[in-house]
Parts: sequence; structure tokens; C-alpha cells
Amino acid sequence: MPKRTDLETILLIGSGPIVIGQACEFDYSGVQACKALREEGYRVVLVNSNPATIMTDPEFADRTYIEPMTADVLERIIAAEKPQAVLPTIGGQTALNLAIEIAEAGVLERYGVELIGAKLPAIKKAEDRDLFKQAMQSLGLDLPRSGCVRSVEEAERLRAELPLPLIIRPSRTLGGTGGSVALTERDYASQIRRGLEASPTHEVLVEESIAGWKEFELEVMRDAKDNVVIVCSIENLDPMGVHTGDSVTVAPAQTLTDKEYQMMRDAAVRIIREIGVDTGGSNIQFGVHPGDGRLVVIEMNPRVSRSSALASKATGFPIAKIAAKLAIGYTLDELPNDITRSTPACFEPTIDYVVTKIPRFTFEKFPAAHDVLGPQMKSVGEAMAIGRTFKESLQKAMRSLEIGSFGFDAETGVDRDAVIGRLREPNAGRLWVVGQAFRLGMSLEEIHDVTRIDPWFLRNIEEILDFEKHEVTPERFGDLDTPEQRARLAAAKAMGFADVRLAALSGMTEDAIRAARTAAGIACVYKRVDTCGAEFEAHTPYLYSSFDQEDESGVSDRKKIMILGGGPNRIGQGIEFDYCCVHAAFALKEDGVETIMVNCNPETVSTDYDTSDRLYFEPLTLEDLLAIVDRERPDGVIVQFGGQTPLKLAVPLERAGVPIIGTSPDSIDRAEDRERFDEVLNKLELLRPDNGIARTEAEAVAIAARIGYPILVRPSYVLGGRAMEIIYEASELERYVRLAFVASPDRPLLIDRFLEDAIEVDVDAVSDGRDVVIGGIMEHIERAGVHSGDSACSLPPTSIPADVQDEIRRQTIAMARELGVRGLMNMQYAVQGRQVYILEVNPRASRTVPFVSKAIGVPLAKIAARVMAGKTLAEVGFTKEIVPAHVSVKEAVFPFLKFPGVDTMLGPEMKSTGEVMGIADTFGAAFAKAELAAGTLLPDAGTVFVSVRPADREAVAPTARRLRDLGFQLLATRGTAEHLRAEGIPAETVNKVFEGSPHAVDALEAGAVALVIHTPRAEPQDLRDSFSIRRTALERRIPYFTTIAGAVAAAEAIAAQRGGALGVKPLQAYHLTGGA
Amino acid sequence: MSSSTHQVHPARPAILALADGTVFHGTAFGADGETGGEVVFNTAMTGYQEILTDPSYHGQLVAMTYPEIGNVGVNAEDVESRRPFVSGFIVKEYWDPPSNWRAAQSLGDYMAAHGLVGITGIDTRALVRHLRSHGAQEGVISTVDLDPSRLIEQARARPGLVGRDLVADVTCAEPYGWTEPPWQLGQAPGTPPAADGPFIVAYDFGIKYNILRSLVGAGCRVRVVPASTSAADVLAARPDGVFLSNGPGDPDAVPYAREQVAALVGEVPIFGICLGHQILGLALGGRTFKLKFGHHGANHPVLDLTTQKVEITSQNHGFAVDVDSLRGDAELTHVNLNDRTVEGLTHTRAPVFSVQYHPEASPGPHDADYLFRRFVDMIARERG
Repeated sequence: MPKRTDLETILLIGSGPIVIGQACEFDYSGVQACKALREEGYRVVLVNSNPATIMTDPEFADRTYIEPMTADVLERIIAAEKPQAVLPTIGGQTALNLAIEIAEAGVLERYGVELIGAKLPAIKKAEDRDLFKQAMQSLGLDLPRSGCVRSVEEAERLRAELPLPLIIRPSRTLGGTGGSVALTERDYASQIRRGLEASPTHEVLVEESIAGWKEFELEVMRDAKDNVVIVCSIENLDPMGVHTGDSVTVAPAQTLTDKEYQMMRDAAVRIIREIGVDTGGSNIQFGVHPGDGRLVVIEMNPRVSRSSALASKATGFPIAKIAAKLAIGYTLDELPNDITRSTPACFEPTIDYVVTKIPRFTFEKFPAAHDVLGPQMKSVGEAMAIGRTFKESLQKAMRSLEIGSFGFDAETGVDRDAVIGRLREPNAGRLWVVGQAFRLGMSLEEIHDVTRIDPWFLRNIEEILDFEKHEVTPERFGDLDTPEQRARLAAAKAMGFADVRLAALSGMTEDAIRAARTAAGIACVYKRVDTCGAEFEAHTPYLYSSFDQEDESGVSDRKKIMILGGGPNRIGQGIEFDYCCVHAAFALKEDGVETIMVNCNPETVSTDYDTSDRLYFEPLTLEDLLAIVDRERPDGVIVQFGGQTPLKLAVPLERAGVPIIGTSPDSIDRAEDRERFDEVLNKLELLRPDNGIARTEAEAVAIAARIGYPILVRPSYVLGGRAMEIIYEASELERYVRLAFVASPDRPLLIDRFLEDAIEVDVDAVSDGRDVVIGGIMEHIERAGVHSGDSACSLPPTSIPADVQDEIRRQTIAMARELGVRGLMNMQYAVQGRQVYILEVNPRASRTVPFVSKAIGVPLAKIAARVMAGKTLAEVGFTKEIVPAHVSVKEAVFPFLKFPGVDTMLGPEMKSTGEVMGIADTFGAAFAKAELAAGTLLPDAGTVFVSVRPADREAVAPTARRLRDLGFQLLATRGTAEHLRAEGIPAETVNKVFEGSPHAVDALEAGAVALVIHTPRAEPQDLRDSFSIRRTALERRIPYFTTIAGAVAAAEAIAAQRGGALGVKPLQAYHLTGGA
Repeated sequence: MSSSTHQVHPARPAILALADGTVFHGTAFGADGETGGEVVFNTAMTGYQEILTDPSYHGQLVAMTYPEIGNVGVNAEDVESRRPFVSGFIVKEYWDPPSNWRAAQSLGDYMAAHGLVGITGIDTRALVRHLRSHGAQEGVISTVDLDPSRLIEQARARPGLVGRDLVADVTCAEPYGWTEPPWQLGQAPGTPPAADGPFIVAYDFGIKYNILRSLVGAGCRVRVVPASTSAADVLAARPDGVFLSNGPGDPDAVPYAREQVAALVGEVPIFGICLGHQILGLALGGRTFKLKFGHHGANHPVLDLTTQKVEITSQNHGFAVDVDSLRGDAELTHVNLNDRTVEGLTHTRAPVFSVQYHPEASPGPHDADYLFRRFVDMIARERG
């Protein structure tokens, strides 16, 4: 069937901020869908609150709404844009839930809008546990025994029927939030309560535990003619019991015979038909009993998903793009396979390599959280690798993670008992523990008994460890100059060993291994991902390395620039950097330069084979990059867009003769190296907070004494404020220093005077080496001390006087010139009174580049890429700072709900996973939108609980008064209440927690509080006392602010939101002059 | 031909030499020896055991595009004939020991026991790309003679598939009955077919067991007969339908089969698969030709022209019916969406149809399983 002509405008719902379980894979799918629909001539209206996405760039849709993703807002957009259809299957669970909400509220009917891709009954059948179970039973398919409960009483009745352990899954939550395994009666009761709370529908599925079974996923597509294809099969290395997002996964399935695979395929085909997903992709998960092959259906996602992004990258079959085209009426046989060009998209990709994905965790950020894995997803990113064998693919994936591991590194001091313990309970490091277990002499059978990991995977790991032990030794490697030694080296490389790992094992250096390889002619070749196992010619240079025989990279002799991506997402380095890399690719492609992308993150737009001329899906390590450079001989390499990952490699790459373009590695070093940076500051006569570098504990104490407490301390060279703390006294410093120095023995500690009550300011600028143009000045809402990535901010600033802003401009320009910045630069300032201090200079793309670009309507990253490639700012037409008339507010989004027991207090260490943006004509309205978009529904009435530290009592009074005037009741702890009453503001008193019940937490739990303003003293004692207040507020979803500035902004927002509905307005209307 | 003296030896060298002089150095697995055949590649990611035992591969060296082979071993149930018929096996990484709950033996042991020579550790993707651009050609695998130039000479000296009657090598010697239904998880094989189901005589040109199982699954009573059985003998058995099986090699090389099939058309409902389809095409006056590198895999899209729906199919053929030769009684019903070759035909008047691909799958998807039902329905219509 050809495309539908009865549709003109299609509304696409994005997935909102990056959270655990919903990351940039939905930007990838959204970008593909936008492109696919516009290519067909439809008018695309997009809503997504996340400014860091590429899909929200104004050129990807006709109307781009960066607005809170609520049913209300959606209705207003539908009223304004009058779409004929809504495509809800591209924006993850968020979009699907929103679609259900507006459909059930009658909005779609009211405006005559149709859901395309999946209709409401199909979505409900897939998402509602009971309906899904009935559907599977009607097909005669097996499921784990289970029941759905809506109350604690129902749960107890069900408990009598099902044996422990039981899995508890709240309905309709992201990434399995609130899911857990109950081993005991007591766990069961408390987990049921938590699950009921986490579920937006207050429903929990209780299920027979099939932990330890083999786990598989199939990616299925269906078109309007009922053609169904399986795009990819995925086998989880971690058996059932670990969320698939947290599992090491492998494509295709490795341990099924054809009979068993086809049984699963038949089931998948019948499921997608029965559920009634009209068109598009679905992900179906299965469990298989390892002993008898019993097949059970676990669940189905009637939409594109994290796994479909992985499957797209693993096969070269663009699921989201095809899904979008199917949604508007095309059938699979009418769409071409982009890679072969000659064959249709109606087929099942076959792959001739092995794909391994390993999740990336971030438990180091949340020391109070358990790194044990279960049915609730906890990872924040993932790395994927492609190899010709599983061993090669696995070892490439391990070094792609960038956690300092280049393979199965030994875990020193871990004995057998500890290993068995770590094997039994799935955890973030289990893969390495398996290696350690083999190293300690445990047998495959023993490891299998404890982990239930399939012996096929274990055997592969065992072979790697065996090879390490017997072949990669100083004796066996020798000087790598005999034929036997060289054959051994070649064999090691074919198994996927990194040079770094071989060096560590053989007592050589990485350089020596590389030199030996060069001498022996042992180099990787590049092969193509082509969907068809080489049956047809591939026209798309989507490449991966392998130590195999034939190279098919087919390099050109065009002018080419290589862009290094950011690797797996983590807190502090996420989608914002991918945004910059993709923009660089787009801009240079437009300018006729061949672009080469290198990245290993399957969730991203940068690893779409459509984004650059050539894609290398490779680890971002020196060895892997030098190999590509060797083959491609690029004219320039861009390292400043991918975050810290490529930046760290700038110096070694340059030393190896790689042409780095943009700001020179030396300039980067001048900004990063504290002592050299001091010289720069002295030369420019600029200030920064008093500081010092300590290499020993004694030095640290001496420096602190000199500059005075409080101080800000952190280890050097870390991202996202890792291990950064504000310290108020010497005893705390001693504790910190001991921990910090144990953690990283040869890395110095950076100590700064902490500027209390200063306002932090972020500036993004772009320079061509001569001219400097400010992109935007952002005032942080939280005071200095909260990591800039975690702080809400406003562009333009709201409280900084014009002359201070001018001083900031002057300093920024001076710095850019002095460092010879070519490209992007980010500066962070603290403004104390009228005094401006420089906190940090980052001569590279920053996290705020996408936000600023959207706020000012100028694609900064594209401009920077062109400048790096040799153009001047005048040539690209960006010569003057744009200070918009509207206000843009960025707010951070946190994963605290995923980590029970973790404190939500913000500090210098970054903890947010994503961000949202609110745009409006006033600050109050923009902040209200940003809060709403971040999931904080500010109240219009009710009781405000106020409890502030003594230093803030003065400051909180005006806000308290304002809220009182807005009709709120005030409830305060003793000291705060007394102060407020003294100021003539009526406030009721409530006990602090330690003062006994009824206390503040009781009030919160009783639902008597609508808003919390709570600024504890930043001292351990106070923080502990107030922990329960923050945690309760979080779990009860009560808006809470832990800084006075935040409270002021909240009051402003409440006033704005009460003044009338928050309007909606597309980005294109804010920037009438146009985007790129 | 392969000789067999199996040894468990970690790194026995082996060589694959092609007639055009291309040589791949690898390691042996399975039996020791030397073997030759037409080198083809199969793109299915599962089902190597079914592939090894498919008689259609007689005379061919099969390279698997999926690199990890052997993972699930070999079991007693997934065989497609009485023994492996592939002449030699080519993989990127042979895997031993297997990991699967049904595995009874490792692939290498199974191959060794049947004297089947394998080569592993070569760049199979390079081989496939080579075959794709230069076409399928004769090759030799040896683990005993490692002189490349001699092996190339041997490959060049091989006769090739065109014009060779390979069916005679693989067909059964005597007729036999078949009662086993398709494999189902947790169900013991051996349920006898319905006593009143249609009686089918199946020509064995190299028949896969799963065709027989599928016929039984569709309710048929089945008797298998040798390829040389005359039409008169078939009709004397008073079948309700005749099935023409898959098989190896060139359809033009089995004129006797074409003649008998021509005599059966119009006399009895006929269903043909693969070589059976080609023979039917010839019997209806069509021509066949050799494809450059054939279709061997489990992901080929086929459009059913009558329903406009697409089936993902299992395929294994080096020859095809020429679409331009179909006229008169033969009508095109199915077409391959990758290269537009003929995938199915029907007789305009007589109850006769055939497909080039493999509805019995094994390995591959079950999308086309309905064709067995269609055959039975057609017979029912004919019976009134």
C-alpha cells in the first residue's frame, strides 16, 4: 500500500528527559522518525521537554515544542496544530503512557486525532498485565505463573498460592522502577507496598521467579498487510533475574537450535498479531528453561525500545525509520533496504559477526546504593562492540566501557569465598568476577552452578583466561620477534585482546606491543555491517574492526574529518555530547567534507549509519583510534565534542602524529593543568578562589589552613564532579584525604576556597582563534556548591547586574583569546556580591551547548565545527551575542527513586541523568514549565513545610510571606517557625524527626504537605537528621527545594502558574529568523 | 571423496582451494581427509545440523556466514536425512563442546564419525564476498595434502554440477512409509497419522525428512519412492496426491524424472518443492538456468502474487526456473523480492503447484507452512 494521503500533520511524542531506563535511544528513534515522515512530505509537530536531544533541533520538525510532557500540554498543542494523527510508539514508555492518557481522556476523539502505529486497545493489551496474560493464554503460550494485585490484602491472598521467591513488578513504570525480588515474607510485604506506590496505576504483578533461566529477546516488525519479520534475536548472558537493560547481551542468540529458535519466532509472530500492533516494531522477551527448553513469554513492548536501538545498530536495519514509514501506510516490501539498495526492507537481517552489549553503571556516584542487580534497571548507559567471534566482541565491549578495564583484569586480593559471593548475587562487576573465578581455578561447572550463566559463554571466557595464563606471559611473548611469538601475538589479537591488556600481562608497554605488531604486520581489518552476511553489496560504510583477513573499508581520498564520540552514557557525559558530535557531522557534511564518526554507544544518533559519511563502531581507546587513523588518514580529528573521553586522548593522539583540529591539546592542557592555568590567570589578571594542590595529607591540611574553611576538594582529572565535596573542618578533610588517596594513589587533590552564597554562572562561547562570540550566559538557581550539571539555570540571567554580566563577557573573551580557542569554550564563574571569580575553563563543548543553542536559536556546535575546519565566525555569520527576549530555564532530572536509601541532597558531585527546558516570556513561567517538565507539579494551594538552617532564616522570610500571600499555610520546625512569627508571618510548629512524633515526616506521610522548603546545614549530623524528610518527599512525590534560591524561584513559578495557564509555543516561533 | 580417521587434535592445518586459484588457510575439524565440491555459502544463523543432512547439498562444500558454529552440538532429532550429505563444511569459528539441553554429540565428533571434513578459522566473509563477485565454483578442502597448487588443480579438474545426475546418489533404494510428525517441544515423536488422511506418494530426489513430517502434520499418509519410479507405478498405488521433493544439482540432468512428472500432470494432484519445482517447470515446458551463487539461507522474502503477502522463506537452490520460459500451462505464483526470480508456479488447469523455496523450513521460518495445508485442500477438492 502506498503512503496515506489523508494525513497532513503528524504529532510525534518524544521521551522527555534522560532517566535510567529511557535514554538517548529515543532521540535516535525520534530523529529517524522525524526524518522519515518529513521525507514523505508530512508536516511534523514534535513535543519533547528535553533540549539536549537532536530531534528538538528546529530543523527536524515543522513545529518543535519544548514543553512539559503532560496531557494538558499535549491537548493544547493538539488544539493549536490540529494534527490528524499522533505517533506514540517512538518516544518510549513516556510517549506511550501519555498517549494512553490523552486517549482515555477523550482528547483524541475531541479533536478527531488518530493514533497511528499502535491503537489504544493494542497498547493496553500489551501493557496491562492481566490483558496480556489473557492474550498469551488464548494463544496457548506459556507464562510464568503470576497474579496482579491492587492492594496489600490481595497480595497476601496471592502469596498463599505462589512459592517464594517472587518477582514484584509495578505496572507501567520506566525501566522496571520499583521492581524487586522477594526472598522472604517480610521482603514481600514491604516490596508490595513500594511497588503499589511506584505504579501510576497502583497495580503490581507478582510472578513466579524464573531466575536462572535463559533469557532471549526478539525484535519484531509488522506492517499493515500483516507481513511480520524478526529483525534480530538477542541472548542475555546474564540469565533471567537481571533486567535486560542491566544484562550483558549478545546478538544473535547463540545457544538455540533452529527448532528452538523457530518455536520462539513463531510465538513472537503470533504475539504481535494477537496484541494487534498495526504497524511498527515491538520487543518481545522470552525465558527458556535450560534443562528442558520450556519457553515462557515474559513481556512485550509495543513500541521501539532500547533493545530495538541495539538491534538496529547490531544489524544495520533501521527499526525506528521503518516503523515510522509503516505507520503512514507503507508496507515492508515497498521500502528499500538502505544498505544493499537493491533488496527490500521486507526480510530478516542475517549477521556474520557477534555483537556484545555491556551496561555501564554508576554506583560510584551513589555510595549508599547497593550494586546488586535485579528486575529494576540501574545502569545509565551501555557500550556495544562488534567482532567476528564472541571472544573478540566481548573483549572489545569491555574496553569500550571506559571504566579503566581493557579486558579481564585481575581483581587483587579477592579470594575464592569472596568470588563465590560476588558470583551468586548479580552485580555490576560480575563479568570480571567470572574471569577472576577462572583465574582462581574454579571449574566451569562450579561457576555455572552459582551464576547459571550458559556454559557456552563461560567456555569462551575460560578460553580467554586460559590463553592469558598460558600464552600471554613474559616468557611466551619474549621480545615478540620469533615466528612462534608473533603467531601467539596474532592469535591473541584475534581473540580480541587489547594491546594494553597484553602489555600488562607480558610485562611490556602498550607502545612496544604496537611496535611489535607493526613489525610483524599484525593489523586489524575493517568489515561492513550489511544486514545480509555479504550476500549483497553494501553501499553504506558502517564498519567494525576485526583481526581477520580481508579489509573492506574502501577509504576515499576526499578531504575528511574524523569526529570522536563520547562512548557510553554516564552521569556527567551523556546525550549533550552526542548532540555536539552529530552537529559537527551535519555541518561538515553540508560543507562537502567527508565525515568519519567513531563511537561505541548504540543508543546514539551519532552511531546511526545515516549521520556521517562513514561510521566506525569502535571502542574509543588509543589503540582502536590509531588503527582507524592509520587506515583513513584524516585531514583533521575533532576531540573536543565528545566530552572527557576523546579529550583525554588528545595528547597521546597528537603525540602519535594525529592531526587534532580546533583548540590545541596544549591549550587544553593550559586550562586543565592547575599550575599552568594559574599562569594564565596571573597574566590576564583574573581571579579565582584561593586554592592549592595537595599530593599528601599533610599538604592538604596545610593548604586548607592557609585558605580557610569551608573548602571544596576533589581529585584531579575527573568528570562530573566525581568525589567532590565541600568540607567545613579539618577532621572531615582528614577522612576525605584518606579515602581519596586510597582511591587514586598517584593523583593529586585539588583544593579550593568554597565561596559561600555565591551565584554560579555558566558561559558558553565560540571562537575562531581571533573573534569570540558569547553563546549564552546562564545564571544558576542553586548556589555555588551544587554541581553545575545538577543546578537549574536561567538564560538570560535573572539577578546578575548588567555591568557584572559585562565583566563576565570581558573575562570570557580575554580567556578565549589567551588560550587560542578554536571552537567551543565553556567557563564557570562564581559571583559573590559584585566580585567575579573564575571556577573553571573547559576549552571544549560543554553540557549546556544544546540548551544554549535552543535558547538563542543558533546551532553553536555546527558553527564551532565549521570554525574548527578553518572558517571564521564572520564567514559562518555568527558575529554577535544573541540575548533573547524570552527566558529559558534548564532543570536537572535525578535518578534517586531508583536507588532506595540514597540521599537526594545536591552537592558538588553530579547526580542528575538528564535535563528539561522551560521556555516562556517570564522567569516564573519558564521555571514553572521546567519544574513541571521535570515531574515536579508545583501546588496551587495547601501547606508548605519550611525548615531552614539558622543562616537562611532571614532569607527565607520573604518567600514564606509570598507563599502565605498566595494562600498557602505554613508549617515550620521550631527555630524557623519562631523566626517567621517574629517577622509577622503566621506559621504552625511541627517537631523535627528526632524530637519525636508527630513530627515533620509524619506530616509528609499523612499527605498534609504540598511543598517542602528545607535547607539543612551542610554538615553530616544535620544531613543525616534531615535525610528522612528529603527521602519521604521524593517517594511521596512532594515538590521539595533544598536551597533558598530554589524556594524563591518556586514561589515565583507558583505565582506565574496561578496567574493563568502556562501557554505553549513552538521553538520556531521564538526564533523567527530560523534555525541552522 | 573424504577419508575418515578422526583425531582430537587442537590445531591440524587445513586448506581450502578454489578453482580460480584462491586459497584459504585454516584448521581442520571433523574428519581428516580431502574432499571437493561446489563451494556455496548459507546465510542462516541457526540450523547447521539440518543443513549438513540436507541431501540437496550433495556435491557441495558449504560455508556458513554466521561465524560461531557448533554451539548447540548435534542431536538425534534435527536430522533431515539418513546421514550428512554436505561434501565439506567451512566455518569461521568451530565450537566444541556444545551447550544445549538437547545436544547429544559435538559437531566435530558427528562429522568425524561420518567422515566429513571441515575447515575452520578462515575469513568466511572474504570467501563469501569472493563467491558473490566471482560466482559459485568448485573447490577442495584438504587436511592431508597442504600443497595449494595441487589442490587448485584438483578443484579445476572437478566436474561441476551442471549436467550431473546427483539425484541417483541420494535417492532411496527402496520405497518406504513415513509416520513421524513435526518436532514439538515436550512431545514424543511417533504419533501415527490419521487413518483416513490423503495418501501421498513422495518422489525422493533427495527428500528432507521435514517435508515428510510436514505432510504427516497436515494429515497425510505418506509413502516415499525412489526417483526412478515410473509414473505408471506411482498411479498404480492409487495415490490421492504426488509430492515432488527437493534434491541436489541440475534439474536438466534428471530427464527421467521430468518425463514421469509430465506423465503425472493432470492425472493426480501434484505439489513440488525446490528440485521438484524445477522438474515440474521443465515438465511443463519451461527452462532452468544456473544462478551465479544461488540462494542458500533462511531470510529470503517471497511475494505470494495471489495474496500480495510476503513470506520469509528458507531457500537452498543453485538453479532456477526461467520466468520467460513460463508460458501456456504454467503460471507464476510466487516471486523472490531480492532478485525477482521465480519462486512458485501453478498449472492453469490441472491441480498442480510448486515452490522453489522450502515451506518445510528446517532450518528457517515457518511462514510458508500453509502450503502443505493447501496441498491437502487441493486434494480434497479433487476428491470432491
